[in-house]
Amino acid sequence: MGARFADSVAPAATFVVIVLLWEGLCRVFAVPSFVLPRPSDIVIAAGAVEWSQWLGHLWATLQIVLIGYFLSIAISIPLAIVLTNSRLLSRTIVPMLVIVQSTPIVAIAPIIVVTLGAEMLPRVVITCLITFFPLVVSTTTGLRATPEELIELSRSLRAPRVREFMQIRLPYAVPYIFSALKVCVTLAVIGAVVAEFVAAQRGLGYLILYDTSLFKVPQAFAALVILVGVSLLLYRLVVWVERRFFPWALPRGVS
Amino acid sequence: MAVPVISLDDVGQSFVSRDGQRLEALAGIALSVERHEFVAIIGPSGCGKSTILRQVAGLLRPTAGVVAVNGLQVSEPRDDIGLVFQRPTLLPWLRVLDNVTFPMKHKTGRVDDACRARARALLAKVGLADFESRRPDELSGGMQQRVAIARALLQDPDILLMDEPFSALDALTRDEMALELLRIMDETPKTVLFVTHSIPEALLLADRIVVMTARPGRVREVMDVPFARPRGLATMEDPQFNHLANEIRQQVFSRRVA
Ligand SMILES: Nc1ncnc2c1ncn2[C@@H]1O[C@H](COP(=O)(O)OP(=O)(O)O)[C@@H](O)[C@H]1O
Ligand SMILES: [Mg+2]
Repeated sequence: MGARFADSVAPAATFVVIVLLWEGLCRVFAVPSFVLPRPSDIVIAAGAVEWSQWLGHLWATLQIVLIGYFLSIAISIPLAIVLTNSRLLSRTIVPMLVIVQSTPIVAIAPIIVVTLGAEMLPRVVITCLITFFPLVVSTTTGLRATPEELIELSRSLRAPRVREFMQIRLPYAVPYIFSALKVCVTLAVIGAVVAEFVAAQRGLGYLILYDTSLFKVPQAFAALVILVGVSLLLYRLVVWVERRFFPWALPRGVS
Repeated sequence: MAVPVISLDDVGQSFVSRDGQRLEALAGIALSVERHEFVAIIGPSGCGKSTILRQVAGLLRPTAGVVAVNGLQVSEPRDDIGLVFQRPTLLPWLRVLDNVTFPMKHKTGRVDDACRARARALLAKVGLADFESRRPDELSGGMQQRVAIARALLQDPDILLMDEPFSALDALTRDEMALELLRIMDETPKTVLFVTHSIPEALLLADRIVVMTARPGRVREVMDVPFARPRGLATMEDPQFNHLANEIRQQVFSRRVA
């Protein structure tokens, strides 16, 4: 019991200590709030904005994150199946994926906005671009990690290829897919914020840009804290889905 | 004489590796297995034992010679053959019972009650009646391999191909599994090709032992095993047992000199 207690208390205690240190140092050295606001400034700034305002910005960002994330999943998993199936397609498509992945997303974002307009579409596309490469790579690795014996069993049963994927390869890839899903959900938040920096009238990323341009740094920090919270929460959610619905995919001793 | 169940006539297999090198894995293999005969294959790693099994299962087309089952040349994968591998390779997300019925599910898309009943009977036969709802990772290696054997027997195949099925197990479990396999084969005889690295295991189980040499894989010697059936622990105490084991050991090692 002691160990478990320490496990849950230690991070919280560390967090509290850091916040207190931050507050204390800012006061002792009288750091101006537009350089580094104190935690208390941030709380006050957050309270000064109406709830509905925060929710509006939060929802604008979350929408992009979720649509981009799920669209990315919907594209990358079938794509991974295609790549596993065909050596030729794998040879032609993978180099293109690498090129896309090697392009700095921040550099390409303004171009995408010019091309696709300033609506939601470019923001979703940017979020997709940043998340889908790890998903494709991980899923493909998972689909290929299936024991050769099971594929031989499948072939000896003369089962349709669809079933080889649905009943053997895809379930085998689940741990790989989830490790990418966890990374990508936080990447999706980054993608949405980058997109908002380039073109948006709402959203937490937009708010940070707007606030800092007016030196309302405590409020920008409040938006940042909310963004971090969203990221953590989404990450926990993916972990929960994995444990709840795919407990067999976890390494032994984790559940 | 009846048509042998499995026959290999002057079979060869060559592979072309990625760098374009030709590798001759098998050459001039001649072997026939009669109905309900248990044939063990022994030989050094890489001599082509698994390749022979894959040819018989129709998973690999020989590059020379003819592989036939029941007198007909094997030209595509056969679903009337049970396969057991060195690793149990169960599906971790399925409970034990569903792992046993998996071949039916995979082949036809559904599992009926008759199939499920059969799977339960097979689990009872391998001593796992109480484990049907467990997940594979809750089972020991030996128990997992029993499930894999039950899975291979699901469609009551006439032929069973076993590729070093016990070599990943500890020594005690190994012996236990061999005795268990003897019992199962006494109850429901099958035509078996059994690859092993263990000479005592081959002597205990097989009617004939094929000793192979490597590069390219060839049959060095085929030996009849004289012990009467049913066999059991007592068979291993037969004075002939050690004598034959030594003889085979010499066959296996003499390839270095030859
Ligand atoms: N698909 C393949 N492609 C290339 N070489 C192969 C292939 N399958 C087997 N081999 C080669 O053929 C030889 C025999 O393999 P295998 O039948 O697995 O040996 P064993 O089961 O006796 O250890 C080995 O040298 C192996 O590397
Ligand atoms: Mg082998």
